[in-house]
Amino acid sequence: MSSFYILQISFPTVDTPQICTVVYALIIINKAGGLVYQRDFTEGLNKLSVNDYLVLAGTFHGVHAITTRLNPLHPPNEPPSGIEVMETEHFRLQCFQTLTGTKFLLFTEPFQPNTDKIVARIYELYADYVMKNPFYSLEMPIRSEGWERRLVREMRVLNSR
Amino acid sequence: MASSQPVKPPLAGQPAQAQRGSQTGLKYPSSGKTIYNRPLNRSRTQELSQASFAYLFGEMVSYAQKRVTGIQDLEKRLNVQGHPIGLKLLDLLLYREPTRSQTRPLNIIALLQFITTALWRHLFSRPADALEKSSNPETPDEYMISDNEPLVNQYISVPKEMNQLNCAAFVAGIVEGVCDGAGFPARVTAHSVGKGEEGELWPGKTVFLVKFQPEVVEREAYLGKS
Repeated sequence: MSSFYILQISFPTVDTPQICTVVYALIIINKAGGLVYQRDFTEGLNKLSVNDYLVLAGTFHGVHAITTRLNPLHPPNEPPSGIEVMETEHFRLQCFQTLTGTKFLLFTEPFQPNTDKIVARIYELYADYVMKNPFYSLEMPIRSEGWERRLVREMRVLNSR
Repeated sequence: MASSQPVKPPLAGQPAQAQRGSQTGLKYPSSGKTIYNRPLNRSRTQELSQASFAYLFGEMVSYAQKRVTGIQDLEKRLNVQGHPIGLKLLDLLLYREPTRSQTRPLNIIALLQFITTALWRHLFSRPADALEKSSNPETPDEYMISDNEPLVNQYISVPKEMNQLNCAAFVAGIVEGVCDGAGFPARVTAHSVGKGEEGELWPGKTVFLVKFQPEVVEREAYLGKS
């Protein structure tokens, strides 16, 4: 699937009961590299200015485009998908790109399990409550009450586990 | 098909072929069930995909939004889109009722109960959540049908600058069509009430305000006396 997939070593939860898994933030980038949505799900995170978020989205878009070309192996069928996961000491970044080029970036705690499932669920909510809303114009920033409400509810359930 | 035969409605299907000519007029299948007695969609649940409806309704709203002057105008257009559906559904649903209750509703309460149960069940697979009469003595002609979560609004988030708008005006149009078709001319409007403490539970709660024409109330009072 990806040339950048990093295997995650799962720790048995019995040994590490104090580790809490947290979804930190979500960023949605449209197919042109513009920021359409950004939201934090926990308190006390470092904030960027609005402009910096736009720059971050544009930069990631560029880096992602470069990584789709950085494949030494030439797989026969599928083109490389670009960055899917980035892991650091303090957070884990899961990137999901839809077929139309919209990118969902999910920032979580490094031990958060099933981040791909969480992003898939967010994509489902996006398809329902953003794309089916007649008042949403494509590629524009998302200001939709129904989407906001369901997304926050979903993430609160995950974070309170 | 013989070209000399007059065109017959395809009501009867195969059996009618055998007894052609023995009787005139419409022919019914021996079971007594015509195509009007059941939905065209014969799948087990007889339901449609909500996603495809959501896309269709989204386009209907976008279409109604073109060249409108204001929110009132937009709601009016949605209402007009629903009105003919109501007129036709009244006929269809009454036809599907058991024979003894096939008469059209003759008083306001019977009509509203028909709307909140039969019509709502047909459209949304559940009855409406409440039916109330206006408690204000100055407006005895007003009735309220509440729906906690209108199906048509499921995926719709109205932007803040249009917060007066409720796209369930389309459903209001259907209800208005049923009232008009039954001989109870009325104006039906949809209002969002999902604000305040009640909004926590049902943020999309909608009240359909049914305001009957004065002559309907007058007739009702006259009928009630006799």
